[in-house]
Amino acid sequence: MKKSARDIWVFIEQRNGKPADVSFELLSKGRKLAENFSGTLKAVIIGYQIEQIASETFHYGAQETFVIDHPDLHYYRTLPYSRILIQMVEQYQPRILLFGATSIGRDLAPRVASHTRSGLTADCTDLQISDVSYLRQDYKDLLLQIRPAFGGNIIATIISPTSATQMATVREGVMELSPLKSPMNGKITKIPFQPDEIDKFIRIIERHQEDKKVNLKAAPIIVAGGYGMGSKENFQILYELAHTIGGEVAGSRAAVDAGFITPNRQVGQTGVTVRPKLYIACGISGAIQHRAGMQESQKIIAINNDPDAPIFDVCHYGIVGDVMEVIPKFIEAYKHKLR
Amino acid sequence: MSFKLMVLVKQVPDTANIHEQVMRPDGTVNRAKLPAIFNPEDKVALELALQLKELYSGKITAISMGPPKASEVLRECLYMGADEVYLISDRKFAGADTLATSYVLSEAIRKIGTFDIIFAGRQAIDGDTAQVGPQTAEKLGIPQITYAEKILDLSREKITVRRRIDDGYEILESRLPVLITVIKEAAEPRPFKARRVMAYKNARSLPELEEMVNQNSLLYIDDLKDEFQSRGLFIPTLTRDDLTVDEDRIGQSGSPTKVYKVDSVILGAGEHVKIEPTSAGINQLIDQLMADRIFG
Repeated sequence: MKKSARDIWVFIEQRNGKPADVSFELLSKGRKLAENFSGTLKAVIIGYQIEQIASETFHYGAQETFVIDHPDLHYYRTLPYSRILIQMVEQYQPRILLFGATSIGRDLAPRVASHTRSGLTADCTDLQISDVSYLRQDYKDLLLQIRPAFGGNIIATIISPTSATQMATVREGVMELSPLKSPMNGKITKIPFQPDEIDKFIRIIERHQEDKKVNLKAAPIIVAGGYGMGSKENFQILYELAHTIGGEVAGSRAAVDAGFITPNRQVGQTGVTVRPKLYIACGISGAIQHRAGMQESQKIIAINNDPDAPIFDVCHYGIVGDVMEVIPKFIEAYKHKLR
Repeated sequence: MSFKLMVLVKQVPDTANIHEQVMRPDGTVNRAKLPAIFNPEDKVALELALQLKELYSGKITAISMGPPKASEVLRECLYMGADEVYLISDRKFAGADTLATSYVLSEAIRKIGTFDIIFAGRQAIDGDTAQVGPQTAEKLGIPQITYAEKILDLSREKITVRRRIDDGYEILESRLPVLITVIKEAAEPRPFKARRVMAYKNARSLPELEEMVNQNSLLYIDDLKDEFQSRGLFIPTLTRDDLTVDEDRIGQSGSPTKVYKVDSVILGAGEHVKIEPTSAGINQLIDQLMADRIFG
């Protein structure tokens, strides 16, 4: 057995030298998985001048961190990044490799999996380690990759029993961030980078990335609207409510698809996963994809004129009524209480 | 200047519109009853290819891997304006995960011919994996641009594309050939052209003709194929025997990921406090939230 056959690797994503939250969430989860099968947690960082991030990985339990540092790697580009990871996976054959399901992770992971012929599961909402009996074969310490499938109507558990490396992408916000009280005394291993002609096939001409202005994950209160809001104009009342009670506005996929709200405010399986103190679901029917992104909220209020809407199954307080009538009353009552 | 454009399309169950008729009494979804549709982002990919063809001239080849029924989306590609379509279909391809699918697709593309750009939707609504595009690009050894939202420029050697990234966008210039996956916002698919619907509604793929032969003992497959071909209504079909593929890399056996367990999501009634939509009801609720230290 190879030395790295018990390795769990996490690809640490960085933008402009800033690590992505999801990468540390994955290290936190990876640490727990590693404990389950006495594995070793390792991080891989590709970029330029990223030593600082390397030391941060030890706060989340990385025991060894591979650093590939080169000016050509400053910004993410598919070809050099995938080439590096493919070489490393072929050389070390880690047992597990995890990516954030971001625009970078979802671009990179399939490329690496395709070349190394590894099993890859997208957008997992949970990961577990377990012994598995499949088609009369017994497998030890497999990665159970759990995700909603089929438009969220089923929850599937996927395994890659014969893959040397089991790969998965995981949505931001799904795994809990848990830093260690005192950092690991981890090791940094530098891997040299050789530029290649193929890296020049794609050139970045312009790049525009806003600092995350909307931080739904950090909001204590979220007022979310669905397709049932009816129009973009009607969403205005949600902003008013959010402003009054000190929250952020979010939307379901259907509301985003209808153009009522921007995609960076989408909550659910294909958006952000949130767990605020209070989640107010307005005109949201409560498809499983949406519920996957909000059902961990401490308290949920659902307002919908359809008494059979599935959102009422996950809420703590249900109001059957017209959102356009209920919300102004809510704002009024709240203001009155504060007076 | 003329370009060879390929478009990868998939027929998917319409998972976005789950309604009562497809629910079983136990609250689970009866997948067999969902209507099959043209994967929305693949349709956008075809639209983008059609727009490029109109601007720069070229030839559009749409390719779908799937069961015989997938011929339906290929006919729709013809209705929209694709120049030729191919069905990739074989029982041995069934049960393929994204890796096995991308392997067969890449071998089919090699067989069909050279290309400048391959378009595909970012992801299919049945799996939402967004993996087949990049995995196919890797197998073909070409660069990829995922999440494309606008084609800014195209020349003989290169293409300039704006792609969406988390919290922003990126403008990339790629050498051709390249594989591009597109998001919904990239274009509004055009309606079918009535003239083309009339011309192609009787187009049939090989397995569809075989089915006709099975139903009618007076027909012979070779004659039927010749007849459809001569009328320009034959949808060429590539099977396992037409492609150079390793047996152990296709279908279920060639798929490293396995579905170990499936739990249906049951929409049952949960317990919650009902609040009246009146000022009194809402006042009560706010008091409760204050008591719970959610507010204040």
